[in-house]
Amino acid sequence: MAQYAVFMFERVPPEELPAEVMQAHMDMPEKVTALGGRIVAGMAFEDVGTTTAIRGDELTDGPFLETKEVLGGLFIIEARDLDHALALAKLTPIVEGGVEVRPLLDFQVL
Amino acid sequence: MLAATVRVTRDLDAAEEVVQDAYVQALERWARDGVPAKPGAWLTTVARRLALNRLARAKTLATKLPLLLDAPEAEADPLPDDRLRLVFTCCHPALSREAQVALTLRLVCGVATPDVAHAFLVPEATMAARITRAKKKIARARIPYAIPAQEDLPARLDAALSVVYLLYTTGHTAPAGDALVRDELTTRALDLARMLRALLPAAREAAGLLALLLVHEARRETRTDASGRLLRLAEQDRGRWDRALIGEADALIVGALRSAPPGRYVLQAAIAALHAQAPSVAETDWPQILVLYDALLRVWPSAVVALNRAVALAEVEGPDAGLAAVDALEGLDGYRYLHSTRADFLRRLGRHAEADAAYAAALALAENIAERAFLAVELADGA
Repeated sequence: MAQYAVFMFERVPPEELPAEVMQAHMDMPEKVTALGGRIVAGMAFEDVGTTTAIRGDELTDGPFLETKEVLGGLFIIEARDLDHALALAKLTPIVEGGVEVRPLLDFQVL
Repeated sequence: MLAATVRVTRDLDAAEEVVQDAYVQALERWARDGVPAKPGAWLTTVARRLALNRLARAKTLATKLPLLLDAPEAEADPLPDDRLRLVFTCCHPALSREAQVALTLRLVCGVATPDVAHAFLVPEATMAARITRAKKKIARARIPYAIPAQEDLPARLDAALSVVYLLYTTGHTAPAGDALVRDELTTRALDLARMLRALLPAAREAAGLLALLLVHEARRETRTDASGRLLRLAEQDRGRWDRALIGEADALIVGALRSAPPGRYVLQAAIAALHAQAPSVAETDWPQILVLYDALLRVWPSAVVALNRAVALAEVEGPDAGLAAVDALEGLDGYRYLHSTRADFLRRLGRHAEADAAYAAALALAENIAERAFLAVELADGA
């Protein structure tokens, strides 16, 4: 099966997620398995303010983004094809924002 | 043939190459042994075998092939389902609308890339890059070559129908350039609409779209005069409308209207058919058209539909009702037909100075030469 990254964009930082959204995250692996996919890994990012940026040799304290949504975390999932991946990604609980699905290159095959 | 081969290779570029190779083999073999009884089937079989060979080679090279396919099936006529798969792949919502249209023309209709570029008035390199990007996304994101699942079908079919509709409207009134109609686009769109209708006989909106295109097609010849000047509905020679096409559309519409609330294409087709059936503009069933526009506005709440409804309203209740409806519209200031419609209402109300200003506004927004000429004459007539 092919692997896809599911990026979660949120306005709400992870520690402020409503209880039912947290619970939905806990339930997600089981639901994905039931639909014939698999979650390889899932992780949430710390607050965007904790970012350190590297550009060439320069270190700065962050991307200074003023965006309405920030990347809050990601899942790595396995799915048959894009439609299957999209169906699985739609299970991702999001308070306000959305997800993006992006295929991953499998370097073991290359 | 390309569609059948793509199903084996799962790779558009490889499929195109394999099909080319099959033609080369055909030229050699047919010259020697004569043309077979079913040349199309012969080519499809050879292309499929070449594709399978190619895959077998690739398999021994790589320990694991990422897009491993199902076991080759028994030889059967692979065409209808495969073409449908190809249409849905090209019209997948993960692709941009312009990529959907370009890919459909290129891969389903077999139009060469320079001709696709020409039809959309972009440089060939731009179109080639657009098509390459889209093909890459199909391969790398693994957009499936599949007819969507039952629950996804309505939404996916809608994308496919929009592409065909867009193709036809782009050909019907070219956005710029000297000719009003681009026959190559309208012909392709009509072929595709017929195909979707044939492949999905239960889909009423597919029937509606085909009916809509048929009515437009029936009137196409009369939309301009010998010199290429745009003719209004009232000026068109109704005797030259193609009655056979209109009859075919009527049958489709009657069938599609029979059950459940009709959708956008069925309603548009029904409106177009009422125009086509009327012996003259004055004898058109405007009250019925207004009812259909009200229904259309419910399923497709768009300002452009509201503008067209205003035209019907003006015929039923008079130009001041039409003008009031047009002036209530928002967000259409950049749309040339808004200004030309207002201009027409204003002239009928005897407000000539305002009418001229509105015609001038429409002229400033029109880029097609036939349309510009039409508006220039209207402006001169009013003066």
